[in-house]
Amino acid sequence: MTLIGEIIAVFLTLAIFSFLYKDNPAYRFAEYLIVGVTVGYGLPLVYKNAFQPFVLQRIFVEHKFIFLIPVFFGILFWFRFSRNYGWLSRYPIAISMGMVGAGVTMSMNSMVLVQVRQAMIPLETFNIFLIFLGTITVMFYFFFSKAHTGLYGKFSRIGIWYMMIGFGASFGYTVMARISLLIGRLQFLADTFKGWIA
Amino acid sequence: MKKNIPLAIVIILGFIFVGWTFIPAKWMQDDFYTAFLEFTKTMSPFAVFLGIYSLVSMHYNRIRRKVPKWGYSYVTLTGLVVTATLGFVYGTQAGTPVQWIFRNFMMPISATMFSLLAFYMATAAYKSFRARSIEATVLLVAAIIIMLGQVPLGMAISRSWPINILDISQWIMDVPNLASKRGILLGVGLGSVATSLKILLGIERTYLGGGD
Repeated sequence: MTLIGEIIAVFLTLAIFSFLYKDNPAYRFAEYLIVGVTVGYGLPLVYKNAFQPFVLQRIFVEHKFIFLIPVFFGILFWFRFSRNYGWLSRYPIAISMGMVGAGVTMSMNSMVLVQVRQAMIPLETFNIFLIFLGTITVMFYFFFSKAHTGLYGKFSRIGIWYMMIGFGASFGYTVMARISLLIGRLQFLADTFKGWIA
Repeated sequence: MKKNIPLAIVIILGFIFVGWTFIPAKWMQDDFYTAFLEFTKTMSPFAVFLGIYSLVSMHYNRIRRKVPKWGYSYVTLTGLVVTATLGFVYGTQAGTPVQWIFRNFMMPISATMFSLLAFYMATAAYKSFRARSIEATVLLVAAIIIMLGQVPLGMAISRSWPINILDISQWIMDVPNLASKRGILLGVGLGSVATSLKILLGIERTYLGGGD
C-alpha cells in the first residue's frame, strides 16, 4: 500500500510540474482530481462536525424542536437554482448578512481607530517619524479627489516608494514560502526515487 | 415578499448587531448572540450541501452535453464519490483510507501547485526588472534584502559588511513595511465600513441576486 501511495504521489507531483512546459492532459487530470477529492474529503467532515451535532443531535436526540426553524431556513438555500422559487434562498442569505452590522463598528475599531491610535505617538525617534511620514503619504496616494500634482504629487510619490518597499517585503516572504515548498517537493521526489533504487 | 422582506431582515438584524457592539448587557452579549450563532450554525451545513450540489450538477451537465474536455468531469466526480464514500464508511481519523488519500493525493497536488508559483514569481520579478522603473527596482531590492535576511547565505555574505543584513531586513519590516501596511489598512478599513454601511442602509443589494 505504501508503494502504491508513493507511485501515485510521484505521478501527481510530476503531473503538476509538467504545467511548467505547457498545459497537458496529465496536469488537467490532477487538477480535476484535486477538486473532486477535496470536496469528497470535506463532505463527511461537514456531516460529522456540523450536520450531526447541530441538526440531527438537537432535533432527534435532544428533541429541541425550536431548531426546526433554522433547518427550514437552511433548506431554503436549496431553492437557489429554482427558476420560480429562487427568491426563497434570499431569506437565509439575509439572515447570514445580518452580522454586517457588527462589521461596521468592529472594522471601524480594529482597522481604523486602533491603527490611528498606534500612529499617533510622539515622534521621539527618527524611525517613528519615518513610520508617521509613510502612513500619511500612503494615505495621500489613495486620496483621488485631488490631482496628484505639485507638492501634493511629491508627497504621494513618497507614498508609492513606501508601498513598493512594503510590497517587496511581502513578495520576498511569499517567494521564500513557495521556494521552501518547492524544495520540499523536490526532496520528496529525490528521497522516493532513492528509496526505489535502493 | 421576494426582495423587501429579506432586505428588512438584513437592516433590522444589522442594526441589532450595531447595538450588540455597544450594549454590554448579558441578554445582548450572551443570550441574543448565542441564539443567533446557534441559528446560523444549524443553517450552515445546508449551504455546504448546496455548494456540493452545484459542483456535481455542473460536472454532470458537462458530461451530458459533451462539452470540450468533458471526460475530465468523470475524474472530479469519481474522486468526490470515492473519497466521500470512504469517509462515511471508515471515518476520517488517522489510519483510515481517507487519510491515505489525503497523504498521497491531496497533499502532493496542493503542495506542488503552490510550489509552482515560485517559478511564476521569478518570471514576474524578471519582467518587472526589465521594466527598469525606479519603483520596480525598489520593490526588487526590498524583496532581495528580505529573502537574504531569512537564509544562512545572507548571513554569510553580510559577515564582511559593516551592517548585518538581518538588521536591514528587520528594519524594512519594522519601519517602511509597517508604514505602508498601516496606510493601506486604514484605507481598507474605511472602505469596509462604507460597504457595510451601504448594505446596512439597503443601498447595496447585489447579495440578494438578480430578478424580482
